[in-house]
Amino acid sequence: MNTKTLFYILKRILLALLTVWVVITVTFFVMRAVPGGPFLSEKAVSDAAQKALEAKYGLDKPLMEQYVTYLKDIATKFDFGPSIKLRGRQVIDVIMDGMKTSAKLGLVAAFVALFFGIVLGCVAALCRNSIVDKVIMVITTAFVSMPSFIMGTLLLLVFSVKLGIVPANGETAKGLVLPVITLSLYPMAYITRLTRSSMLDVLGQDYIRTARAKGVASAKIIFGHALKNSLIPVITYFGPMLAYIVTGSLVVEQIYAVPGIGRAFVSSITGRDYPLIMGTTIVLAILIVVMNLISDILYTVVDPRISLD
Amino acid sequence: MEKKARLLNMQVNLDEFIPATEEEKEYMLQMRPSTTFFRDGMKRLVKNRIAFISLIVIVIITLASILIPFFWPYKYDTMLGVRPGKPVDSSYNNLAPFHYGKTELKKIEAGEKVFPHIFGTDSGGRDYFIRVVYGTRISLAVGFFASIIVLIVGMLVGSIAGYCGGVVDLFIMRIVDMIYALPDMLMVILLATVMKQTLGPAIEGTVFAKIGSNIIALFFVFGLLYWVSMARLIRGQILSLREQEYVLASQATGAKARWIIKKHLLPNCISVVIISTALQIPSAIFTESYLSFLGLGVNAPMPSLGSLASDALNGINSYPYRLVIPAITISLIVLSLNLFGDGLRDAFDPKLKH
Repeated sequence: MNTKTLFYILKRILLALLTVWVVITVTFFVMRAVPGGPFLSEKAVSDAAQKALEAKYGLDKPLMEQYVTYLKDIATKFDFGPSIKLRGRQVIDVIMDGMKTSAKLGLVAAFVALFFGIVLGCVAALCRNSIVDKVIMVITTAFVSMPSFIMGTLLLLVFSVKLGIVPANGETAKGLVLPVITLSLYPMAYITRLTRSSMLDVLGQDYIRTARAKGVASAKIIFGHALKNSLIPVITYFGPMLAYIVTGSLVVEQIYAVPGIGRAFVSSITGRDYPLIMGTTIVLAILIVVMNLISDILYTVVDPRISLD
Repeated sequence: MEKKARLLNMQVNLDEFIPATEEEKEYMLQMRPSTTFFRDGMKRLVKNRIAFISLIVIVIITLASILIPFFWPYKYDTMLGVRPGKPVDSSYNNLAPFHYGKTELKKIEAGEKVFPHIFGTDSGGRDYFIRVVYGTRISLAVGFFASIIVLIVGMLVGSIAGYCGGVVDLFIMRIVDMIYALPDMLMVILLATVMKQTLGPAIEGTVFAKIGSNIIALFFVFGLLYWVSMARLIRGQILSLREQEYVLASQATGAKARWIIKKHLLPNCISVVIISTALQIPSAIFTESYLSFLGLGVNAPMPSLGSLASDALNGINSYPYRLVIPAITISLIVLSLNLFGDGLRDAFDPKLKH
């Protein structure tokens, strides 16, 4: 690794840190702009009670002081303060509880998408212009054009309501089958198209012809030479894929009643639980930013031909 | 040897001045009429069957969503069972397709003609067909206007960054990087949540109240966050275009920056810009339906395809078609817009010509 790469990585890390800071700042000040503050929805709160509540949550202090405290709590203790609606619970505990289920769901969906995406992409590329290729391309085009909530509700309708194969409730292990499929279809379709085009690109390269000319077995050419090189563009999709899975899980968890972070987020929006909204936004944003960073760095490390700017 | 000698001296070769024969003249004939860039692209677009069919689908859906509400006998927010001064007639709620409410059945028995409820009615007794039509109208309008906003902001910032270069460019591009790295959907949800509270009272009683604060918030967010890729694209175009000779010539004659951007740079990157605007529309429709699904979309009686699908989830056991209809509509719109955008790019992007 040369100094230029190191410098690039350093720059990317700085940008990521800056992004996280911007997210926290925007979240904080935007949330404070809500008229009446977080306790507006509370019915018939007397002045004294309002004051006591504000003192308890530190809302009576000047705005800048609140901001600095908030920032400091996140940076040092990863503490987002108490939830307003779920009495006696810390925001970070609620997030961590939800994260257990959501992480499982997201990771499985990501692996399913990667595996089937790469396999289908290779098949499509190797059977180029055949009927198999065309069917795969039509199906993936359709999947890419379908919002995740449409896909989720339709799958729910067919497999749970009409056929009754899997439960509609996502609290059990079997109930997670449909959420995983829903979440993985779009990235799978995208990866398929990505793999197909880059595989076709690689198969036309000179070194593949050389390998064929010297009599290397077809299987070895595909798995040893072509596949490895054609997967490089897929790495860049890791970041966006995670972002998609995170935002997709907001609705998917809602549809299938999965007790994850997405459902906590949506119910915190409808319940106007401001600390929870802020905490979840920030945690998910950090997750996405970190994943983007990793995939960008991996990309530059894996392929030395990539020029950095 | 003789030829070489003639080359060296200044003597004119008379052979080169013999009049052309008829056969030779034929080479110079124009075989087919010259074509403009636009006409050439259109020809390619029409030849692309998938893109052309997509275009037709888009035009049909758009015209239907605009025209049908004018002559349809029902309104999207009229609860058919509610009559002033009479108890609510619940027979109108949740009608199956082509079924009628009590009073309508009486009218039919009396020989009157009643316009059918093609998709039945919803739980509030509202004609579902007209709600789907209105939802389509809202979704298309949101997609269109959001793309226009993205186009204007992106074009402005991108052309300034690209043309000015130097410190201005560096500064703008760092902001673009920054916004690019922000998780957009989370920011949209955050801003929509907050603006629902702040904008709601402010626009009470104005035209905007009917559209709803959420849609305004959505436009606002698009103007704030989604312009970055457009700005990047235009900057890249302008960076390469401003090195052209005609820009130098214009500068030499004393043209101002605004003139050069408007007259030389923008018209030359217009095709790329139009294509990415076209591809922006489905993404905006996606976002709107997603927000509506989370309850952050259009305000209550006003339907959008996302909110219709979300409402249908409650009765998914008994009325699955209420979910399927908006689902198919939205997928069809997004699919045909995507395919048309791809076709447009294939036809008009000069780099992909061959």
